[in-house]
Order: sequence, then structure tokens, then C-alpha cells
Amino acid sequence: MSAPIEIANITKRYGALTVLEDITLHIEPGEFVVFLGPSGCGKSTLLRMIAGLEAVDGGTISLGGERIDTLPPGKRGVAMVFQSYALYPHMTVAQNMGFGLENLKTPKNEIARRVQSAAETLEIAHLLDRKPAKLSGGQRQRVAIGRAIVKEPQAFLFDEPLSNLDAALRGRTRLELAQLHQRLGATMIFVTHDQVEAMTLADRIVILNDRRIEQMGAPMEIYQRPATKFVAQFVGSPAMCFLPVTGMTDAAQGVTLDVEGAGKIEIDVRLPAGFRRDGASVGIRAEDAKVLDRGQPGIAVGVKVVERLGDRAFIYGTLDNGTEFVVEDSGRSTVASGDVIQIGFDPNALHIFDGDGRAYHHSEEA
Amino acid sequence: MAESYRRSRWSNALFVAPYLVVFFALLVFPLFWGMWLSLNKVDLFGGGQFIGLRNYARVLSDPVFHQAVRNTVVFVAVSVPTLVGLGLFLALALNKTTRGSSFLRGLYFSSSILSVTIVTLIWRIVFIPNDGLMALIFNVLGLEPIGFLSTKGWSLFSVGVATVWWCIGLPMMLLLAALQQIPADLYEAAALDNAGKWRVLTRITLPSIKPTIMLVAVIQIVMQFQLFGQALIMTNGGPAGSSRPIVMYIYETAFIRWDVGMGAAASELLFVIILCAAMFQYWISSRKEVA
Ligand SMILES: Nc1ncnc2c1ncn2[C@@H]1O[C@H](COP(=O)(O)OP(=O)(O)OP(=O)(O)O)[C@@H](O)[C@H]1O
Ligand SMILES: [Mg+2]
Repeated sequence: MSAPIEIANITKRYGALTVLEDITLHIEPGEFVVFLGPSGCGKSTLLRMIAGLEAVDGGTISLGGERIDTLPPGKRGVAMVFQSYALYPHMTVAQNMGFGLENLKTPKNEIARRVQSAAETLEIAHLLDRKPAKLSGGQRQRVAIGRAIVKEPQAFLFDEPLSNLDAALRGRTRLELAQLHQRLGATMIFVTHDQVEAMTLADRIVILNDRRIEQMGAPMEIYQRPATKFVAQFVGSPAMCFLPVTGMTDAAQGVTLDVEGAGKIEIDVRLPAGFRRDGASVGIRAEDAKVLDRGQPGIAVGVKVVERLGDRAFIYGTLDNGTEFVVEDSGRSTVASGDVIQIGFDPNALHIFDGDGRAYHHSEEA
Repeated sequence: MAESYRRSRWSNALFVAPYLVVFFALLVFPLFWGMWLSLNKVDLFGGGQFIGLRNYARVLSDPVFHQAVRNTVVFVAVSVPTLVGLGLFLALALNKTTRGSSFLRGLYFSSSILSVTIVTLIWRIVFIPNDGLMALIFNVLGLEPIGFLSTKGWSLFSVGVATVWWCIGLPMMLLLAALQQIPADLYEAAALDNAGKWRVLTRITLPSIKPTIMLVAVIQIVMQFQLFGQALIMTNGGPAGSSRPIVMYIYETAFIRWDVGMGAAASELLFVIILCAAMFQYWISSRKEVA
């Protein structure tokens, strides 16, 4: 029931506008892949090309070893869950779920059996005779998933299926989707621009930006070792802080950086010969920096806003030279806006970006 | 604040007064006056005399009226399904965003803005014997020409063709508007569900626009029962009254023979017929909804 997906050199144009260029991606059978990226980067377009709802301008798509980009949508063996759910308004829930099988001339009792079992899985068995208009948003969403399940497709495609749900329901449905994936073991592709969804659901995240795949990898790999400055700033909340690097000298172990606003910092990192120094910067995540006790030497930060989340607090401020900076503190933090605090960090937690935006990390994690 | 907002003031009525004046003067008053007239003996020289339901009895026993009712019912029974069916067909065919289809939409709709005189003129040119377009075509094909406007059966048919041609724009536009309201992702879901063209049409498109189809049918029933101008100018109801519709009967009775009371009675009967037909149509459609 699960099959690998092979996307090779896919290109998509709308007139003169190239949305995706030369995308190549291999998805393992049973893998849960999330397409993540800013709005308008072509996530939906790529998904819809796999589904067959959008023509392919170059390259091929295969599912389970068979080329599918030339087949009509219904013959591809994929099922899609739309953001708007796209339930047929004049059919009952059961008819909605069975419509695809009916079109394949599946025997009636087989349809009924599969609809019933999917409905039980999704806990919507009591809704089977209702029309979509009489369902809540969450129930509709389940029906949409149910409609995909009954087809027993080789791959599931989801286009931001949780974005119309409220926060609590979204969290719950996210968990259920993860369970569903475990139970079905099917290949799933999930489009979102919600990082939490991406981090929690994905076996692998594919970050799309500016027509290309910016990086793909396991969620923690993406988070801890972003390949580019774009990924570093796109993933993680609050966003990573960046400090410009003005000078660089080789040190015994790694390099010593002249970081604007933070002075000289020695980092154990191996930089290649081609490292472009002009425009280089370092980045640090809020949780890698800490507030130092009063009197300890560190980098001074003028506190602007303290965002208290209960278990922790984010302190937003600026360095002496005006660069914005965020540091995480415990929930019991007594820092208040207007304070000037000293912060410190482990130099090896820094991410270094060259002038082209390529990222380098502390050597040991390699 | 909420209280003063809710309290009704007579001065508020001023805002609806202009509409109400027009409504009463042009709709309510004539409606009741017509009812009153139908209960009186009224002729050219005025002077009403209350005669109860006698006008109705006269109309109902008039064989000319029977024939007119028969003609009109046949006309409505054929022209309304044609208008709805053809309108639906055109709407489905032109529900695209190509330049060609926008042009054709405009073309099909353009006939609606013509006046009845021009429409009938055009179709007289088509149907008239000897020099008409149909006569020419029949000649070329070597067939016996048909006197479209002067043969029993064909005359009402010709009026129907002209009417469909004239009226097709509105059903097409209404249905087209309804089609464009259907979300595109329903069709995408259907494509992923392997639905063929026919299944998409019957299970998604038609159910989605059913309310509009019903609306178009009711509008057309009401309009086509009032057939008049085309029949008057194209055939003058002939031959032998075989294309005379009810409104023409009313016109002849009230304004040619000046039997105004009897004409008013026939009008009231037409009103009842239209009301029943529209309600019946509505009932049929809403009954299926429940099943
Ligand atoms: N039919 C179309 N014609 C022209 N341009 C289009 C069309 N559909 C999408 N685009 C463009 O293609 C780009 C990618 O669109 P897409 O819907 O894939 O973005 P997305 O990554 O899904 O964004 P979002 O997160 O907002 O859903 C956008 O710049 C969009 O303007
Ligand atoms: Mg999208």
C-alpha cells in the first residue's frame, strides 16, 4: 500500500514566471515528508503536480516505479486532502467517502465495508448519513481524510489540511495524523507553512524557497544544522538572530571571528577555502544564549520586551550597536523591559554563514 | 441605546414611503381593481354594473378561450423545457474563460435586448412564404415548402422558435452564473476520485445548480404563459385561432370587443393558472429534495 515517489527534474512555469525549477526528490515508501516554505514558494504547486491537477513543464514523476505524470489524476493511485476539504455538498458523508470507489465499479458491499471501517478509525461512524453542511470544521476534515483512506492509495497528499482548524483541534488532529501514518504505513506528503506541524509530523522536511529545494533532512537536522541562512531564519521560533562578521583570523582550533556588537569569538569550525568573507554573519538561537548573573562579563543587551510563556520567557532587546537580539530565560525570569542585562553563549552553538548564505556549524556535530 | 434603536418611530416609514407609493399605485391597486372589474359588466362606455361571477361563467364556456388555454399550455410545455435545456447546454458549453466563449456568451445574450417587434420581424423574414429563408432553403433542397405561419401546428411552432431565440439569453446567463459559483476544487476532488464526465455532470454540476434550474424554470413558466407580442405580429393568432395565446384572447376581448369585464375575468384566470403552474413546479422540486 505504500510506494516510493520519485520526482526528477521537475519544472513548472506559469507563463514567464518560473515557480519551480529542476526539483529532484526521492521519497521512501512509507515516509512522511513535509513540504515547508514561505507563502507562494510553490509547495501546493508541487503537490498538485504529483496529484495530476497541474501540468508538468519538465521532468518526470514516478510512483512505485511507474511513471505517473502522464496519467490522469484518478489513475495515479494517490489521494489528496484539500485545504478547503472539497467535500461534495450534495452527498452524504458515506456517499462522499464512497464516490471514488463507486467510480471504479467496486462492489457495493466492499464500498460499505471500507467506508464503515474508515469511519470507525476516524470516529465519524455516527455521521455517515449527514450532509457536509451539517458538520463542524473538524468533522469535515475527518471526512476528507476518510475519503482519502477508503481509496487505499499508494500515497496520501495533504495540502495544509489543518489550517482551517482552531489551535486545540489542530494539535489533536496532528497527533491523530501521526498515528494514522503509523497504522497505515502509507507514503504521505504534507504541505504546510506551520513549522510545528512540520517538526512534529515529518520523517523528513523539504524546505522549498525561490524555485528550489533549499534543504531536505530530518526535522532536528534542519533545526540544528540548517544548510543556509534562509533555512536558519525560516525554521525556529523566535527566529534566529544574526550578527554581522567584520573580520576573521585563523586560530589554533578553528577561527576567531570579529563579530559586530559581540567582539572577538573563537569557534571550533572548519571553513573551506571558498568561504566568502564579505557579508558573512553568525547566527544564534534564543535557547543557545543565556542571561548571565549580575556582574559577570558578557554582551550587554538593552531589554525592550519580555514575552512570558509560562515555562520560559523570551527576552527581546538590542545590542549596543542596535542589532536585535533574543535570548531565552526561565519562566521565573525577573528581567523587565528597560533593564540592561549581560548575556553569554557557548561559541560552538553559533552558526556561521558566508556571504552566499551557506551555513557552517561547530565541527563536532558533523 | 439599544432601546432607542429598537423603538419604532412612524417617521421611519418615510424611508420606505416612496417605494410603497409606487408599489400600491402600480401593483396592489391595479390587482384589486382588476378583480373588481372582473365582477362587473364594463364596456367602452364605462358604467360598471355588478354581475357577480357571470363574466367568469362566460369566459369558461367560451370555446375560443378553451382553445387559447390549450394553445398556451402546449406552448409553455414545449418552450419552457426547451429554454431550460438549451440554456443549460449553452451554459455548460460556454463555461470557459476563452475569448471565443465570452464572445459567444455576448452573442447569445444579445438577442434578449431586442424588442419584440424586431424579433418577430427577423423571424417573419425567416418563415414567410415564397421569399423567406426557410422557403429558399426548402426550394434549394427541392422540398415542398411549408407555410410556417399559415399552417395549423406550424404557426405555433414558429412562434415558439422565435420565442426561444429571443428569450434564451436570460436562462443561459443565470445558469452560467450558477456554474461559476461551483468551487473548482470539487472538480479536482472528482478528478482524483476517477469520476467520468457524465458522473461529474450528474453528481456534482447539476445538483449544485439545481436551485437555479428551478428558478429559471419558474421564471420562464411565468413569462411564457404571457406570450403575446410574437403571436400577435407573426401569426395574429392564426390560422383559425390555432396560435392564439390567452393574453391575445384577453386583448381581443377587452380592447377590440371592449368587453372589459370579461377580459378582466380572463386575466384573473390566467393569473390563477400561472400561480398554480409555478407552485406545482416548486412543489415537484421541493418534494424530490426530501426523498
Ligand atoms: N494558476 C496560476 N497562474 C499563475 N500563477 C500561479 C498560478 N497558481 C499559482 N501561481 C503562482 O505560483 C506560485 C506558487 O504558488 P503555490 O500555490 O504553489 O504557493 P504555496 O507555496 O502553496 O503558497 P501558500 O503557502 O500560500 O499556499 C505563486 O507565486 C503563485 O502566484
Ligand atoms: Mg498552498
